[in-house]
Amino acid sequence: MATQDTIVVPTPDAVRRAEAGKGYWTRVRERLLADRVTLAVMILLACIVLMAVAAPLFATHDPLASSVLARLKSPGYNGHWLGTDEVGRDLYSRILYGGRLSLLCGVAPVAFALLIGGSLGLLAGYSGGMINSLIMRSMDILYAFPSILLAIAICGMLGSGLGNTILALTITFIPPIVRISETVTTQVRSAEFVEAARASGARPASIIRFHILNNVLGPILVYATSLISISIILAAGLSFLGLGVTPPDAEWGLMLNNLRQAIWVNPLVAALPGAMIFITSMCFNLTSDGLRTAMDVRI
Amino acid sequence: MSADVLLEVYALRRYFPIRGGLLQRQVATVQAVDDISFAVRRGETLGIVGESGCGKSTTARLLIHLLEADAGTITLEGRAIGDASGLTAREFRRQVQMVFQDSYSSLNPRCTIEDTIAYGPTVHGLSWSAARTRARSLLGKVGLDPELFATRYPHELSGGQRQRVNIARALALEPRVIVLDEPVSALDKSVEAQVLNLLVDLKNELGLTYVFISHDLNVVQYISDRVLVMYLGKIVEVGPVDSIYGNPRHPYTRALLGAMPSMDPDNRGKQATLTGDPPNPINPPPGCRFHTRCAHAEMCCSTREPKLAANTGTGNPTGDHLAACHMLIPGSGHSAAPAAAA
Amino acid sequence: MWFFIVRRVLYAVPILLGVSMVVFVLMKMVPGDAADIMIPPEAPKEVADMIRARFGLDQPAHIQYLRWLQAMASGDLGTSIFTNQPVAEELFGALANTMKIALPAVFLGFSLGVLLGALAAYYNGSWLDKLFSGVAIAGVSLPHYWVGMVLVAIFAVSLNILPGQGMGPEGFPTTWEHIQHLILPVVTLSLIPMGVISRLVRANVLEIRSMEFVSALQAKGLRGPRVLLHIMKNAAPSALALMGLQFGYLLGGSILVETVFNWPGSGSLLNLAIFRRDIPVLSATILVLATIFVVINILVDVLQALIDPRIRR
Repeated sequence: MATQDTIVVPTPDAVRRAEAGKGYWTRVRERLLADRVTLAVMILLACIVLMAVAAPLFATHDPLASSVLARLKSPGYNGHWLGTDEVGRDLYSRILYGGRLSLLCGVAPVAFALLIGGSLGLLAGYSGGMINSLIMRSMDILYAFPSILLAIAICGMLGSGLGNTILALTITFIPPIVRISETVTTQVRSAEFVEAARASGARPASIIRFHILNNVLGPILVYATSLISISIILAAGLSFLGLGVTPPDAEWGLMLNNLRQAIWVNPLVAALPGAMIFITSMCFNLTSDGLRTAMDVRI
Repeated sequence: MSADVLLEVYALRRYFPIRGGLLQRQVATVQAVDDISFAVRRGETLGIVGESGCGKSTTARLLIHLLEADAGTITLEGRAIGDASGLTAREFRRQVQMVFQDSYSSLNPRCTIEDTIAYGPTVHGLSWSAARTRARSLLGKVGLDPELFATRYPHELSGGQRQRVNIARALALEPRVIVLDEPVSALDKSVEAQVLNLLVDLKNELGLTYVFISHDLNVVQYISDRVLVMYLGKIVEVGPVDSIYGNPRHPYTRALLGAMPSMDPDNRGKQATLTGDPPNPINPPPGCRFHTRCAHAEMCCSTREPKLAANTGTGNPTGDHLAACHMLIPGSGHSAAPAAAA
Repeated sequence: MWFFIVRRVLYAVPILLGVSMVVFVLMKMVPGDAADIMIPPEAPKEVADMIRARFGLDQPAHIQYLRWLQAMASGDLGTSIFTNQPVAEELFGALANTMKIALPAVFLGFSLGVLLGALAAYYNGSWLDKLFSGVAIAGVSLPHYWVGMVLVAIFAVSLNILPGQGMGPEGFPTTWEHIQHLILPVVTLSLIPMGVISRLVRANVLEIRSMEFVSALQAKGLRGPRVLLHIMKNAAPSALALMGLQFGYLLGGSILVETVFNWPGSGSLLNLAIFRRDIPVLSATILVLATIFVVINILVDVLQALIDPRIRR
């Protein structure tokens, strides 16, 4: 970290005052707002979330109402904007409702893992020594499973269902979050401003709250956003295998599974739920990239 | 004399284990600070000099209790830390503060200047608003306009300004002793002079006591009342600044001063300067630790360790200039040593 | 160096023990035990107890664990409840089939990833960079099981030029018919490694490019492509390491793609075992896949240390 003195050009006090005191998060927000791609992606993401959450408002049909006569129709058929599925249910409405479960399965495990893994990583990074070894070595054990294998193992043994899916993915995502938060915490902890805080007699809880958390949170959040993208793909994948959400609930992965055979009949309709998984996952990935760039102001 | 002692260090020792091999066993120790004793007098500035790796920074961190000592005691006005009758670590920390070398990494990038300074007092029970008021007045004291700087962030400041903030933070707890670990070595020469002058002014105004650590002999000479020279975790010489600079008694000090660029062309290059790097502190040489690089080394130097002592006589009439060298110890067996006192 | 290898291998022992414990605990959390699946509900209680005793299911958990671990470690992976065949046979046959798609996929993904990543970084900021970075990010955002479906829809259903299901005839893949069957699954599987590796390579090349030794090379008069060669030499170890890890992921994570293409690999075996509730097959497969992953991790670490002396300690 070079301590280069910047050449201070004398400016009128008023100007300097206006520029002064811009906090880190203010600057991150400004940079985000200036990044048009990320902004567009975040707006798209907000639309997807909004339409899923308020599905009853946007849906045109009952997502569970089937019709033997209108099976696997192409988009535009008789008021079905995106066509119908293998039992004649309206695909557009089902995609809206499916978004609820898919987003829930994408966000909830990451949120839980963030809470549990983030705290464990902070604890490991801040305490060091034995506690660190204990936590990190246990994580190494979970790390020994390829992530999807761990999720499938848990779901496969415990049985399918929404709860087990979220549980399995939470356990899958805890180790990487612990690892990243431990790394960042260890880095920040050795900074001299933490030493200075300790030298002023502050207790660990106060130091973590005031000095560590606000430096560690950024990188972890960026990482968590990219994990949501993986989580959505994995959750849909579990449903695709029949290990996740159980029918007749709408969920993108499950819809894809049900429509698998329809690929021979109406490929376009069969591919739609997957396209939604792709778009949503891509949005989270791009948001994560945008956040990383915006937060990459030197510490 | 002893009534004047504010901070006293006795037989302080700190080793760092080096782990390695198959099972991460301890394979060696770095003797970063090995059995040092010294006193800091009320109101003085004690300069500590030495090459990198000599234990200066470890000493600083031990002094402010950031590191636990393996052995030895630190007493403030006769009260030891940790004793039942003594000071708590927390109270000690309020009284002894530190200014760090790296002005950038020593300020939290996510906190305003004001909050960084105010944090310390809130730890000791002051309310945030009162602490912020104190922070603003301290900013004025260190020469930064509070109107302009209070709500700024570290990245918006220059190196000199950040170091002023660091000083203000150290002052915020109203300490009696401030340990300054290379406080100006990362600064430009012109800024360095301003910060040094600020330190002198603050000391006079607030009646502070400084322990000033630096590798820059000119700076130490300028600011110190007394100077302590360290080599490989040991004290080799300590005494009043004029006496050390004018009449160095230990060969290492003479070599250090000889390496100092002189303003007087006639004065240059007379002393033997140091060659080579300091020996590895992991396995320090036995006897006098300096004997591997010393021009005057003899048998006795590599077997017995010289004690830090006054040895009044040769150019040390007052007895407050101590050095650890066999050449000064009567009857040490060194050919240059004075004859044993009858 | 030997120190490093020995320590790395020794460290795998507690990890593998931990892994076996996790698998065992999961096995025990299955609602009902293996006996419940084997024994018809109308069987008398004495018979059920006898079967339990024969399989050691009446013992306390830690004894069961030790017995199970002993069996696993000695290579006896148990017997399938469903087919009554030794698990090991089925499993290693399936693993060989998975290798057939995982190996080419990881090489394809690696080559494409390095190429795209290096070019994107070299033309940093240009439309080419944006295009390649977009491809890379799509690679990691695509649900690959869906890509498999789409590829089947295009090449097998609409164009009818490639087979969309199964592995074709038995035997080592040598004939055109074999290769035809390989193409779609391999391309599908290669997407994730391609995306991950190209993102890493791009970031690494950009970082290395800003280092001072690169300016020194340019100052010496070295031209663009030769400079890139020097940069790639420095970016290679981490990309290779990532390739190894991705290979491990593919072995354990090909279950979705194998399901789409009806590929009789380890993933399909896992899938089958889950739906038959064939606990011995399920637990042995998971344990073996995790063990392989641990071994690959060790190999990657050792190789990386061989290439890059800074990692050794």
